[in-house]
Amino acid sequence: MQPSQAPSRANLAGWLYVSPLVLVLVPFFVAPILVVLTASFFATDGFGGLTPDFTLTSYVEVLHSALTLKLYLATIKFTVLTWIFTLIIGFFVAYFLVFHVRNQLLAIGLFLLCTVPFWTSNIIRMISWIPLLGKEGLINQALLALGVVHQPLEVLLFSDFAVIIAYVHQLTIFMIVPIFNSMARIDKKLIEAAINAGASRFDIMRLIVVPMSKSGIALGTIFVVSIVMGDFFVVKVMSGGGSASVVSAFYEDVGVLQYPTAAASAVLLTLVLVAIVSLILRTVDIRQEITR
Amino acid sequence: MSAVLADMPKTDTSKTIAPASTKAIAPSKGGRPWTFYVLATLFAAYVIALYGPMFCIYILSFQDIRGGLVFPMKGHSLHWFVDLFTQARTGDVKGSFDRSIKLAVIVTIITVVVSFLAGLGFRKRFRGDTFVFYIMIGSLVAPGLVLGLGTGLLFQALGLDASWYTSALGAQLSWTLPFGVLVMFAVMSRFNHVWEEAAYDLGASRWQSIWLVMIPVLAPGLVAVALFGFTLSYDEFARSLQTAGSLNTLPLEIWSMTLNVTSPSLYALGTVTTIVSFIVIGASLGTIVLIQKKRGSRAKG
Repeated sequence: MQPSQAPSRANLAGWLYVSPLVLVLVPFFVAPILVVLTASFFATDGFGGLTPDFTLTSYVEVLHSALTLKLYLATIKFTVLTWIFTLIIGFFVAYFLVFHVRNQLLAIGLFLLCTVPFWTSNIIRMISWIPLLGKEGLINQALLALGVVHQPLEVLLFSDFAVIIAYVHQLTIFMIVPIFNSMARIDKKLIEAAINAGASRFDIMRLIVVPMSKSGIALGTIFVVSIVMGDFFVVKVMSGGGSASVVSAFYEDVGVLQYPTAAASAVLLTLVLVAIVSLILRTVDIRQEITR
Repeated sequence: MSAVLADMPKTDTSKTIAPASTKAIAPSKGGRPWTFYVLATLFAAYVIALYGPMFCIYILSFQDIRGGLVFPMKGHSLHWFVDLFTQARTGDVKGSFDRSIKLAVIVTIITVVVSFLAGLGFRKRFRGDTFVFYIMIGSLVAPGLVLGLGTGLLFQALGLDASWYTSALGAQLSWTLPFGVLVMFAVMSRFNHVWEEAAYDLGASRWQSIWLVMIPVLAPGLVAVALFGFTLSYDEFARSLQTAGSLNTLPLEIWSMTLNVTSPSLYALGTVTTIVSFIVIGASLGTIVLIQKKRGSRAKG
C-alpha cells in the first residue's frame, strides 16, 4: 500500500507505535492462552495440583461426554437467538437515527440516549428485570389484573426466555454503535441518486444500505457472538441455575479445581470462536473497511 | 427532490467536504414516509425496554425498611442506602468501590495512550501489522473467564501474587485495548491528512504535528476512547474474577451480593453506581463541550 521507498523505516515506525499494545497483549493474552493450552494436556491429582504429563485424557473426557454436546447446543441456541434479535433491533435503530431523524443534533442526542444504560453495571441491569418478570412482578400483576391469566406465569423469570431478554437488553448496543458508525458514513448523495434513478425503498435497502453497513454488522456480530459464547453469569442468574452454557460448565470445573478438563473445554470453545470469527473476517475485511 | 437540493447549501455550511444533509431519504413534498412511523415506534419501544426495568430498581431502592424486591413500593426512605454502606453483611462495598474507581482511572489512562499510539501505527502498513491486528481481535473475542483463569494460573506459576492493580489490571487491558484501538480506527479514518501535511509544510516536526495538530483535532475521539476504557473496566467482571486476588472490585462485590443479599440494598447499589456513571459521563461530555468552545473562540479571535 505504502510506496516502498524506505520499507524498513516504515516497519520500524509502525512497530514502535504498536509496541505498547504488543507489550500488554503478549503477557496478558498470548501467555495466558498458552498457559491454558498447556494445562489442558496436564494430568491432575484431583485437588488442583497439576502434574506436567502430556496426556490427552482431558480432551477425550470432554469430547466423549454427552454433556458437552448438550452445552454447545444450549450455547448456540442462546447465541443465535440473541444475535438475531440484537441484529434486527440494532440495524433498524441505527437506520432510523441515520436516515430518518432529520436534525443531526437530535440524532446524536438519541444515539447517546441509547448508550447511557451501557454505563450502568451489567449485573445491575440484569437484576433490574426481577421487579418486572418475577412471580410477583409487574408483568404478572398486570396480566392477573387484566384477567389474562389466573395464576402468575412462572416462565417469565428464571427461564431461557429471561436469559434471552437479558442478553438482548445488554448487547443490542454492541450492534447499534458499529452499524450506526458505518451507516453514518454512507454518502447521502448516493441515495439521492438511487431515488432519482427510480430505485424503490427496498432496493435502496438491499443494494446500498445493507452492503455498505456490512462492516458494522460484522463487527457487531463479532461482539455479540463472542460475548454470549463467553458468558456464564447471565445464564446462571437469569435461568436460576436451570440452564447452563459452555462457560458456566467451565466455571463449575474451575470451582472444583478440575483445571485440565476446564482448560480442555476452554481450548475447544476458543477454537470454535476462532472459527466463527475468522469466517466473519473472511467475508468482510473489517480493517480495510474501518480504516478506509 | 429539488427542495432537498435547494436546501443543501444552507444546511451544509460546515467545513467538511461530505454533505451533511440528512433529508435525502425523505420524500420531497413534506410529510414523512410510513417507514418513519414504524421505525420511530420501534425506537421508542427499544428505549422504553432499555430504561424501564432500570427505573423500577431506582424507584424501589427508595423504599423504607419494609421494602421488598417487587412492586408495590412500601413507603420511602434512604434506609437501604445507609444499609448498603454500613451493614457488614453486604460486604465491603466502599472498599471495592474505591478500588474499582482507581483501577478504572489507571485503565483509562493506559487505554487512551496505547490506543492512540496503535492507531497512529496502523495508519500505514508495516510488516507484521496483520499479525498484531489478529492478536488484538483474538484478545477481544477470547472468553473473559478463560483468559482470567489463564492469567491467574500464569501468576501462580511465576510465583506472583494476583492483585487488582497487577493481574486484574493486565486482564482488563487485554479487553479495553482492542476496543480502544477499534474506536481509534474509526476516529482516525475521519482525520483529514491534509492538516498533517500542512503542519509538515509549515516546518512542524513529527512530535509537533502530533501534539499541536492531531491531538487537538482528535480530542473528542480520545474522550470517547477514555469513556470506553473507563466503563469497560468499571464493569468488568469475568476477566477480574480469577485475577483480582483477595480484594474485590465492585462488579465482583455486586456478584457476591446477588448470591447472598436479597433486599433492596442491591437496588440501592444500582442507583449509586448509576449516579457515579452519570457523573463520569457528565464530566466527559463537559470536557468535549469545553474543548469545542475553546476551539470556537480561538477560531473567532
